[in-house]
Amino acid sequence: MLPVTYYVGLSAVLFAIGALGVLIRRNAIIIFMSIELMLNAANLAFVAFAREYGALSGQIFVFFVMTVAAAEVAVGLALIVAIFRTKQSIDVDQMSSLKG
Amino acid sequence: MTPELITFIFLALIAVASGLGMLFSRNAVYSAIYLIINFVTVAVFYLLLGGAFIAVSQVAVYAGAIMVLFLFVIMLLGADRLGESKTLAWQRPLAIILAIGLIAETLFVLFFQASDLVAVQTLPEGFGSPASVGNTLFREYLLPFEVTSVLLLVAMIGAIVLTRREKTQS
Repeated sequence: MLPVTYYVGLSAVLFAIGALGVLIRRNAIIIFMSIELMLNAANLAFVAFAREYGALSGQIFVFFVMTVAAAEVAVGLALIVAIFRTKQSIDVDQMSSLKG
Repeated sequence: MTPELITFIFLALIAVASGLGMLFSRNAVYSAIYLIINFVTVAVFYLLLGGAFIAVSQVAVYAGAIMVLFLFVIMLLGADRLGESKTLAWQRPLAIILAIGLIAETLFVLFFQASDLVAVQTLPEGFGSPASVGNTLFREYLLPFEVTSVLLLVAMIGAIVLTRREKTQS
């Protein structure tokens, strides 16, 4: 098996790409996808360490992260649809007021 | 160069390239498809790491369910080509510098702060198989599993309430 540092390094790079996406894109859907990418990078690190130490708990944790991601996407996309209905835009810079 | 290393480098390049493609696509549909490629490569990494069941659920849940939901919303809103407002001039360079700093910091910790935990050489029988994952999930993590079901229920109710059209009173 390859050293676990390779996998964790790749996970770090993917996480940084996700963080970069949240910082530079203004489209709310792309920002959501970047968040999914970051969650996935964290999952990769979990699975790599689970393999490294022979502990299954890491893989179980990935399940819980997937569940949270699914819940987050359902609510987040519902929010985006609701915002689009009132503002006709999903640009995060235009969501600056609390009352539509 | 062992075959495993070649596989790793090849897949890592695909993963990083599809991540960057997701980031810089002008069209949101292309972004979603790049992200699906990324999820599938990560699923192959799970297979390499002995998580067969995790890999299958990764493809089913992420590539199957979550990304279909994304594509559905993109097409529902017609948001695939919405123009983006002007960002602040210094924001993009600053974001790139911060991201490079994040990578550098993580790699520094990885390669220069050696951990004192010892890796196992031989895995237990059936590591990562559906049976062993199910055993661990339903024996040691039963309570978190039940809490998860409540979380999913709350998310479902939340999504329904948020997208419900208000009844106009006339």
